[in-house]
Amino acid sequence: MELFYIVMEALSRLGSLMTITISALLVKNFVLSQFLGICPFLGVSKKLSTATGMGFAVTFVMTIASLVTRLLYNRLLVTYGLEYLQTILFILVIAALVQLVEIILKKFVPPLYRALGIYLPLITTNCAVLGVALLNVDVGYDVLESTVYGFAAGLGFTLALVLFAGVREKLEYSNIPESFKGLPIALISAAFVSLAFFGFQGLLGI
Amino acid sequence: MSGFKTVTKGIIKENPVFRLVLGTCPTLAVTTSAENAIGMGAAVTLVLMGSNAVISLLRKVIPDKVRIPAYITIISGFVTIVQMLLKAYLPAIDKQLGIFIPLIVVNCIILARAEMFANKNNPVMSILDGVGMGIGFTLALLVMGSFREILGNGTWFGMNVTGGVFEPAIIMILPPGGFLAFGFILAAINKFSAVKIEHKGCESCPMPCGASNNGEEAQM
Repeated sequence: MELFYIVMEALSRLGSLMTITISALLVKNFVLSQFLGICPFLGVSKKLSTATGMGFAVTFVMTIASLVTRLLYNRLLVTYGLEYLQTILFILVIAALVQLVEIILKKFVPPLYRALGIYLPLITTNCAVLGVALLNVDVGYDVLESTVYGFAAGLGFTLALVLFAGVREKLEYSNIPESFKGLPIALISAAFVSLAFFGFQGLLGI
Repeated sequence: MSGFKTVTKGIIKENPVFRLVLGTCPTLAVTTSAENAIGMGAAVTLVLMGSNAVISLLRKVIPDKVRIPAYITIISGFVTIVQMLLKAYLPAIDKQLGIFIPLIVVNCIILARAEMFANKNNPVMSILDGVGMGIGFTLALLVMGSFREILGNGTWFGMNVTGGVFEPAIIMILPPGGFLAFGFILAAINKFSAVKIEHKGCESCPMPCGASNNGEEAQM
């Protein structure tokens, strides 16, 4: 009987984690519905290969950053009643973390470093990373949920970036009015990609 | 450069949003109404003035190698101050802007001004530069906010302005409308101005957006 309760609890836990994942991936996509990480979304989405690389680098950093910032918030800031320092702490932790990840990858996983290396320095000022750390605290996710949310939000970012890179590669060959060339047409196409994602609203009752 | 010119260049010639295309995230996210736009603009202006002043005062003290982390710490200090002030005196605005207030820390405009202006000029000029850039940012947000609020909700600062001439297209105040409005406004600016907008976006600028134009190595 006790085992039954444990299994049921694990299942419901898994269910809530799934909900968080789908919400971060599709319904409340970081780029397309929350406007976090627009800079790299517009800047690095000209080619499919760079978009994929950037996406995975961001996912990697966001997962670790969610875990570390959430732990530090619980263990350090809450314990000593210093919650108001969260912005300063989070940005410094993220900056240090990006450096650390870069050094570790360079030393121990050179192939991964070669793939993601050039994107890593770009990530510190990516507002998606600081955004996910702040949202975890705002929404009140626990440590496991935060990590999953960070990972899923990163995947959502990658999805948006890759889809948009596909759209943009097509734009290269189309005939666009002079004043719309470049950024304006990119933003307008982003509006349509965002509109498509808007269709997920209400999925799973989120 | 005179003080007056320092202020005015941020408004039109080097408008951070429409000219330099910096700080796109808040430009799209908080411009669902003109009121939010003003709130965000004011918060950024305050942070920009404070951080520019302090960075300019400390420009001879901060070693070049660790300048970016030092700038980020100074900026996040000011952001925290603004956040606490908003929470205390304007809780409604604070709720509306949500995490975009703490996210001012990673707003490219502020770091870019620190790199491009405040660490080369005296405090007075740096504060004036902060004022100019802040006003330019606020005006840009106001344009976006008005455009979206009027088309999407039929109101401006909460007042009904359309008089029932057309049915508001709610899409404009939803996320896709943000991209759409910004795209069309940039295209209009392209059309009616001689100089084309260059997106110096973040691909060219690892840490401080725009700062890599100086050919400096921008590594943390």
